[in-house]
Amino acid sequence: MAVKMDPIHQFELKRIFSLGHIGQTEIVFTNASLFMIAAVAITALIMIAATSTRSVVPGRMQSLAEMTYEFIAGTVRGSAGEEGMRFFPLVFSLFIFILILNLLGMMPYGFTVTSHIIVTFAMAAVVILTVIVYGIMRHGAHFFHLFVPSGVHPIMLLILVPIEVISFVSRPISLSVRLFANMLAGHIALKIFAGFVGLLLTAGVWSVLSPLPLALAVALTALEVLVAVLQAYVFATLTAIYLNDALHPGH
Amino acid sequence: MDPVAAKYIGAGLACLGMAGAGIGLGNLFGQFLAGSLRNPSAAEGQRGTLLLGFALTEALGIFSLLIALLLLFAV
Repeated sequence: MAVKMDPIHQFELKRIFSLGHIGQTEIVFTNASLFMIAAVAITALIMIAATSTRSVVPGRMQSLAEMTYEFIAGTVRGSAGEEGMRFFPLVFSLFIFILILNLLGMMPYGFTVTSHIIVTFAMAAVVILTVIVYGIMRHGAHFFHLFVPSGVHPIMLLILVPIEVISFVSRPISLSVRLFANMLAGHIALKIFAGFVGLLLTAGVWSVLSPLPLALAVALTALEVLVAVLQAYVFATLTAIYLNDALHPGH
Repeated sequence: MDPVAAKYIGAGLACLGMAGAGIGLGNLFGQFLAGSLRNPSAAEGQRGTLLLGFALTEALGIFSLLIALLLLFAV
């Protein structure tokens, strides 16, 4: 009996119910929508439960909320300065949303919303549009000094300005692809090693080796949990670093 | 060339990109260890930077793994 390996299948969108049409396009409530709503609900429940009993000596839930707050606040202050704290709600929401979505994807039978590039690109686009809109609102034309390094010979600027523009334009792409690729590749690798267990079990005498890929799958799961948290942190940190450009353009 | 063979060769070639991520990660942790052994008291404060660098470097290896996996299973 051959075991069919299909590691891509887990990312399939399944329709739950339709919400009607806009023009020719059908708006469908999918399992991705369900998990996103679940993530928001879980976040809201944890945060409301944590902050409902505000005490001077925090309990477990309140400590959880306060430590997460301080962690992200420290990141934002470190990268964008005290002024950057006005963007704290954006960075904190993105961090918690991505973190919960990544961790929901690690649950058995879970669906990883962040393994769809459209989701991560939408979040990266929000970040970059915030940078551009706030930067131009705050600094006007001075915002474009971001692309002009100071103290450089004018001839070198001919090369450096296009490089700076390309590096700025590629930011939303790298930001979204980093999260999407990590989640996609991690979950595919998990499925492939799990598939090896099934393949080896049907391979006669070689089946004695089947615990090896199983052990590797367990180790990979631990790595994936680390990656899930780390990628949410990286997304938040890079968001704070990019927002710093909107607050303090010019080198 | 047989398209299926080309697909598998492409997937194998894409995995070469992981060598770069391997060099990067070795450099990253090696340099961190060297620095932290010289000044252990300063090492603790740089752990966040280390993890950030780890995630950024590892992502590049993941990109090439992603290309290989997409060639194998999605193309």
